[in-house]
Amino acid sequence: MLTKRIIPCLDIKDGRTVKGVNFENLRDAGDAVELARLYVEQGADELVFLDITATVEKRKTLASLVKRIAQNINIPFTVGGGISTIEDVRLLLDNGADKVSINSAAVKKPETINLLSQEFGNQCIVVAIDTNWLDNQWFVYINGGRTPTDKLTFEWVKEVESRGAGEILLTSMAHDGTKNGFACELTAQVSNLVQIPVIASGGAGNRAHFAEVFETGKADAALAASVFHFREIPIPDLKKHLQDKGITMRL
Amino acid sequence: MSIKIYINSSLSNPSNSPSGVGGCQTHNFTLNIVIIKYNAGNTQSVIYALERLGIEPLVTDDFEQIRAADKIIFPGQGEASTTMNYLRRVGLDRLIPQLQQPFLGICIGMQLMCSHSEENDTPCLGIFPEKVRLFPREAGYKIPHMGWNTVSQLQSPLWADIPENSYMYFVHSYYVEASVHSVANCEYILPFTASMHRDNFYAAQFHPEKSEKMGARLLENFLKI
Repeated sequence: MLTKRIIPCLDIKDGRTVKGVNFENLRDAGDAVELARLYVEQGADELVFLDITATVEKRKTLASLVKRIAQNINIPFTVGGGISTIEDVRLLLDNGADKVSINSAAVKKPETINLLSQEFGNQCIVVAIDTNWLDNQWFVYINGGRTPTDKLTFEWVKEVESRGAGEILLTSMAHDGTKNGFACELTAQVSNLVQIPVIASGGAGNRAHFAEVFETGKADAALAASVFHFREIPIPDLKKHLQDKGITMRL
Repeated sequence: MSIKIYINSSLSNPSNSPSGVGGCQTHNFTLNIVIIKYNAGNTQSVIYALERLGIEPLVTDDFEQIRAADKIIFPGQGEASTTMNYLRRVGLDRLIPQLQQPFLGICIGMQLMCSHSEENDTPCLGIFPEKVRLFPREAGYKIPHMGWNTVSQLQSPLWADIPENSYMYFVHSYYVEASVHSVANCEYILPFTASMHRDNFYAAQFHPEKSEKMGARLLENFLKI
């Protein structure tokens, strides 16, 4: 049976992981490759690297990091952060990334999704959507969730699917960082609206939250950062717990 | 060309670092592995997966180099009609079915080895007589079939030492029905072929290069055929 996927997310700046990570067996906790390998050993199903570097050197640094990651890990990984052009995507895929995630660029210029999926295939184009509840509706936000747009989330998810997105990475900003659980109702609504897989993100605090987002939220995959980085939820324990709950996991 | 290779048979670690108990068992022989260069997705992940096994593959579309290879890998992600049109334009559609060496098609590579694909109604290479079909829509099932799924009824040297119900990483919207050429099956919406074999031709619908240890073992098995 196809499993639900557990996806650790690593924030990257200038080629290094940013959030302090707490793994005693890592020689260099800032080395994204070493952390990625540890997650692979622990049973992560995929990895997401989110680059938050703002400098002009960004592309070169990121490409060389992506190459090192691809050389060293043997599960799929996605790279996101400031990607907008065919050239951006080609550079990352050529260095071994399996998928790229685009966010603000897709909102500002939706044809970008068509362009990228036609060029590279929809299987490698993940559209990340940051959303928040405002005036009784879910709206799409951009620029790392700082800037509201007039796009309605439920319309936007259908549009990105029809334009060729292969997957949706959905983050509820109100839940992100709270550790109070994923936005399950929102995730279920989005998952029911589209045929493509939906990755839920934002709010993971304990193992039950993951079970909830797979069962109630109908998510195909769940993404989290700090609960993994700080070993609050070890991945093997989490996957065992979910399997015991009847959720298919790769163990 | 000829490259001396060392296959790390422990496969317990994706890197070249020591793997602990027993260390690395090395086989010393030369292999000339060619990855066919064409317009289907990026082949970088396959190159890195082979490098982790100690192989430096040659990526080429040169007929002489392909014919001279010990083993050939035909990887890819992409759309059937565009890739078939390209293969026809450069003549690879005639070369590939005539090749005598062990040949491994991966993902779209496997689909192109069949007789026909429903993806834009495309006649394919015909190495396998089976047809490639679009997954039917069914409530509760996403398309593409994306992620880790189990493979079963494993046969052929390609699957040596790989346990039944191992997980492999799949990404595809089209499938090949289970048939006499299936050497591994999978199930999503319906039963389908995860891997095929006929004569010197082998194929995998999933991505062994992204399927952790068991995927690496399958690639290593192919190199030993």
